[in-house]
Amino acid sequence: MSTAAQTDPAAPAGSAGPLAHRRPLGDHLFQILAAAAGVLVLVILALIAISTSQQASSWFSTEGWKIFTVDWNPATNNFGAMSYVYGTVITAAIAIILSVPVSVGLALLLTEVVPRRWARPIVYVVDLLAVVPSVVWGLWGILVFAPWLFHIYTSIASGVKGIPVLDALFGQPVSGASFFTCGIILAFMITPIVTSLSREIFATVPAIDKEGAYALGATRLEMIRGAVWPHSQGGVVGAVLLGLGRAMGETIAAALVIGSSPVITSHLFAAGYDMPAVIANQFGEASGEFRAALIGLGVMLFVITIVINLIARGVVERSARRKRGA
Amino acid sequence: MTTMEPAVDLREPAGWRRSKNRIATALMVLAFVIVLIPLGFVLYTVIARGASTISWSFLTGGPIPPNVVPAGIGGMWPAIYGTLVITGLAAVIAVPLGVLGAIYVNEYGGRGPLARVVRFMSDVMTGVPSIVMGLFIFSIWVLHFGYSGLAGAFALACLMLPVVIRSSEEMLKLVPDPLREASYALGATKSRVTLTVVLPAAIGGIVSGALLAIARAAGETAPLLFTILTVTATNANVFKGANTALSTQIFTNATQPYLGAQARAWGAALTLIAIAFILMIVARLVTARFTRYSR
Repeated sequence: MSTAAQTDPAAPAGSAGPLAHRRPLGDHLFQILAAAAGVLVLVILALIAISTSQQASSWFSTEGWKIFTVDWNPATNNFGAMSYVYGTVITAAIAIILSVPVSVGLALLLTEVVPRRWARPIVYVVDLLAVVPSVVWGLWGILVFAPWLFHIYTSIASGVKGIPVLDALFGQPVSGASFFTCGIILAFMITPIVTSLSREIFATVPAIDKEGAYALGATRLEMIRGAVWPHSQGGVVGAVLLGLGRAMGETIAAALVIGSSPVITSHLFAAGYDMPAVIANQFGEASGEFRAALIGLGVMLFVITIVINLIARGVVERSARRKRGA
Repeated sequence: MTTMEPAVDLREPAGWRRSKNRIATALMVLAFVIVLIPLGFVLYTVIARGASTISWSFLTGGPIPPNVVPAGIGGMWPAIYGTLVITGLAAVIAVPLGVLGAIYVNEYGGRGPLARVVRFMSDVMTGVPSIVMGLFIFSIWVLHFGYSGLAGAFALACLMLPVVIRSSEEMLKLVPDPLREASYALGATKSRVTLTVVLPAAIGGIVSGALLAIARAAGETAPLLFTILTVTATNANVFKGANTALSTQIFTNATQPYLGAQARAWGAALTLIAIAFILMIVARLVTARFTRYSR
């Protein structure tokens, strides 16, 4: 990063020989050590891909295309993953729909509305959501939140009975543990990260654009719509994608509140299942192909989240670079 | 930012425009309130229910009793010990490697292709689900060497490594170049400059970033499920044999119908949150006390 860091450092003072040739061995070793630590990240990512797919290979080879069915039955050695994929997508989608408006609103509040000395305590409070461990969200979700939601679900379900589309989405619940409960809990958990990423993006909007909008007589809302939003759309999409990746991979809270029932249904209040939850709940009693199938679900999850993260980081980085250049 | 609003309000926006602006501001404040409600609800429940379970014997006693046993018998010490030792070991593995990686990315790699790939992939690695890390360590370690606290520490270290790299790199970036150049001018080698000038200048931020990563790791459950298994008595040897942790105890107790098991889960949850919060507060204190350069 620095110009000094690019060139070779000077040799010890008082040396007679050419400066560049007098670099001590320890200096070289330290550089190699540091580089090895950096490359370790790439090695670990490669090892994750190789070792888990190796363990899962028997699932992929014996089931073939049948992994894309809904038939999951360890007793008959059928391991179709689709109901878990469905649950993962649905719960992550609910989480995103609930979390994004709140996160973007919070980020705008922090960057455009409140003064700096108020922004800091608000950030601390929002970050507390991320400090509460996943398993505590799950514990609270299943013992306190889900029973409470059950009453609300019941009244919503009787309220929309007979209305064509809503009836199919919000049917009578069996218990408080459901796709929707899981989506709400995931929304709480991803809000801090989506907020902080959006905040960073909004902070890159040039002050001169905002001042220009105000000078033209815009209200704050008009300034946000005219100056902040066009500038940060791409970055916010990236932030939302990163939140989506987090929601899909979140395990323990989901395992506790999703209801553990592998079904594909349009009823959001029904008990469901998702990929990380089934791995967490069933891995203990699994062996042979059952275990291979569960690790295979992990491989699918890894591939999905890596792809989402690659796209999201690419989008964020590109929009950040364009902004800096502008 | 409010400073950018005109100092003197020259014009009064028309009624509807002003109302829309006010509604938008109110919605943003509402977003904050929406976040406060679940947070307050969770913290209140955990503190209220946990406090009635926690006692000196709960924190220091053992072994962890079977699910059917009512609250008040036995204790959580085996799990507290497991959490502290496994997380501590993970920190010992991940923090030095992470700081070294950050030194490579910021001091040696610079804008070179390898450093950029490492930086980008560290970002991507922070998004790898924690359960995948558990499956990974299960595949390469547990299948060959069996369950142990060490395996759990490896899984947590994999989660912490990219976080430490990125936070340390941000801190190293803040150290001004003239400091490095002055040291080179005195004839110091690059490793010497990095270790005795750059690193001490950034140490406050690096430590606080590492503490936050440790706080997150202490609460992780998924990577531990398939790496440490579970036991009810204290396993002092972190390198050998199954172990246990607060988070996995909460997970197994949460779905039990027995009130004693649930009470123990709440007590363990309060203990776990307290550990995470203490680490976070220490991180803030370190930031406030030792930070020399900040954004």
